[in-house]
Amino acid sequence: MTGATERMTGAQAFIECLKKEDVEVMFGYPGGVLLPIYDAIYDADVRHILVRHEQAAAHAADGYARATGKTGVCLATSGPGATNLVTGIGTAYMDSVPMVAFTGQVPSFMLGNDAFQEADITGITLPITKHNYLVPSADELPRIIKEAFHIASTGRQGPVLVDMPKDVTTDELDFSYPDKVELRGYKPTFKANILQIKKAAEEISRSVTPVIYAGGGVISSNGSSELLAFAEKIMAPVTNTLTGIGSFPGKHPLSLGMLGMHGTKYANYAVQECDLLIAVGARFDDRVTGKIESFAPNARIIHIDIDPAEISKNVRVDLPIVGDAKGTLVNLTKYAKPCKSEDWIKKITDWKVKYPLHYINSDEVIKPQYILEQIHEACEDAIIVTEVGQHQMWAAQYFSFKEPRSFITSGGLGTMGYGFPAAMGAKVGRPDKVVFNIAGDGSFQMSSQELATVVENDIPVIVAVFNNGFLGMVRQWQELFFDHRYSHTCISGSVDFVKLAEAYGALGLRATKPSEVRPVIDEAIASGRPTVIDFIVEREENVSPMVPAGAAINEILDLERKS
Amino acid sequence: MRHTLAVLVENKSGVLARVAGLFSRRGYNIDSLAVGVTEDPTISRMTIVVRGDDHVLEQVTKQLNKLIDVIRVTDLSAEESVERELALIKVTVDANNRSEIIQIADIFRARIIDVAAKSITIEVTGNEDKILGIEQLLRPFGIKEMVRTGKIALTRGVKGV
Repeated sequence: MTGATERMTGAQAFIECLKKEDVEVMFGYPGGVLLPIYDAIYDADVRHILVRHEQAAAHAADGYARATGKTGVCLATSGPGATNLVTGIGTAYMDSVPMVAFTGQVPSFMLGNDAFQEADITGITLPITKHNYLVPSADELPRIIKEAFHIASTGRQGPVLVDMPKDVTTDELDFSYPDKVELRGYKPTFKANILQIKKAAEEISRSVTPVIYAGGGVISSNGSSELLAFAEKIMAPVTNTLTGIGSFPGKHPLSLGMLGMHGTKYANYAVQECDLLIAVGARFDDRVTGKIESFAPNARIIHIDIDPAEISKNVRVDLPIVGDAKGTLVNLTKYAKPCKSEDWIKKITDWKVKYPLHYINSDEVIKPQYILEQIHEACEDAIIVTEVGQHQMWAAQYFSFKEPRSFITSGGLGTMGYGFPAAMGAKVGRPDKVVFNIAGDGSFQMSSQELATVVENDIPVIVAVFNNGFLGMVRQWQELFFDHRYSHTCISGSVDFVKLAEAYGALGLRATKPSEVRPVIDEAIASGRPTVIDFIVEREENVSPMVPAGAAINEILDLERKS
Repeated sequence: MRHTLAVLVENKSGVLARVAGLFSRRGYNIDSLAVGVTEDPTISRMTIVVRGDDHVLEQVTKQLNKLIDVIRVTDLSAEESVERELALIKVTVDANNRSEIIQIADIFRARIIDVAAKSITIEVTGNEDKILGIEQLLRPFGIKEMVRTGKIALTRGVKGV
């Protein structure tokens, strides 16, 4: 414990703890048991952004965390407030995003009595938090908050929930903030074993067709420039997972783009033919591997991950290295020698020419891929946040990302309604950046109430609605695998998005033909206002290429469509 | 394959739910579970018998280690540890078979801990086979009720987990 103590309430201590953790913003929504906390927030110099739905608070904290690398903070009341956070917490958990979620709880003496707005949120979030706490007394609040931020932001990052009964916030305590945490059950391995690194260097020296498969862990560890140095030294091409996009420059000659179900053909071919696969901060998700028995059949696999439980979870690994991506890549770059991969690189370059990502553009109808190319042309440094569905895959394919933390998307949980509030959080964390939310007309309607939040707080994000009147990704699967039976995927009865934006006081724009695409993008950026652009796009465009579920990833189909 | 895991955990509320929840949501099978406080009152020890191949065991161990409240996980091999279970068995008796039942208990070095006009309750400790053995011998007399603990185990020799 540091210095002298000061007598204060739990609610005041809560604010002091946030200041000690350098929390610059929290996203929240008040409620009955949070009255003491919100009363303390009233005078506090910690920024609080009032959302319109608690789920948005969790997504905004997540987007803020992914854009900045800092721990996101959200706050909700007991019962329904807390349960509304659940999807956001689950989203952060699946993508290993550092977040601390605070919830109010009924007073301790009422716990377990089915009191008004009581929900067992620590029980509910057990499987979707890295750890959670029900604070037993005001005295323990500072230690628990310290631990919560420590756990959320170290090792494999993730969300931690702190549930605060009302009496914990009103009782007084002698406040002092601990200097360090003492958790005997939590000592994440950070520095990789040097012997394993030397063995990996030997493996690399023997490889002639290496592939680096880089995931979100590279971004979490801020190891992107180390990845670039490593790839260039050993001369290995790099493919990214969805959440790894941005960890390697998309236009680099060694970049293969994304792999997996909607990856590039050349990424998938390269993985299937490589003799050495170096996985860094990635977890062999089923959307990446396709049919797992056929994944990278000729490869020896090196797996670098900070979470030992990911090693050999889904695929057999020949050489595990437990450690953070950045430090491990630095050491590996030091010991590894370049591969004799000239022929391999040439083969891949030929594949890139022969099997590029492509779509058939049109003069009459707006193609969604074209919008992404135009946004890229207009503002290649933008942060691109997405919802979930076809537009998400097109964003991953057709916007070329230069730097980490510029592509923010719900990969693991695949949460529709994530993008808009996450974009809001990203813009709050990175006000210097233009932030686009690439959305479908389905996804945007799951969080569109947050237009009120971005207008009220002047958070100028640009929502690009790819409006095809369908829940497009499900429609695509119905077309391909359910004989065009579009059961409940046609949502053409949607709201007028321009009027919706205007009703909230945001700027509403629309483009109905290709020639209007670029002008509205430029207008939105120039306006500096929260904006919704309604792009009326080709209705039945498919995401291409595609690996059907259960197929090997080199069994990849072209699905482009003429209009 | 069955493995006996000694899991040292923080002695606080909710830890059992975390461990049990982990097993159920990841689809691991628990054969038995015994929990109690250790010589250090801040630490509880769970002895978990888990069924699965080496891959499953590796995952179970790693996933357990990820729980913040889990301090240490050790796989106790049968050769290098002593293991015990305890069972209480209530058998229906009458004047004719009481002595025969007491004899069976003696053979198994079990103890009679309650005697009534129509029942005897026997306490038996040992490994799983021994408990199974006495259960089978007592069954023909009529087992009214039976309760058994999960397995508990310690390593042999001076070294602990």
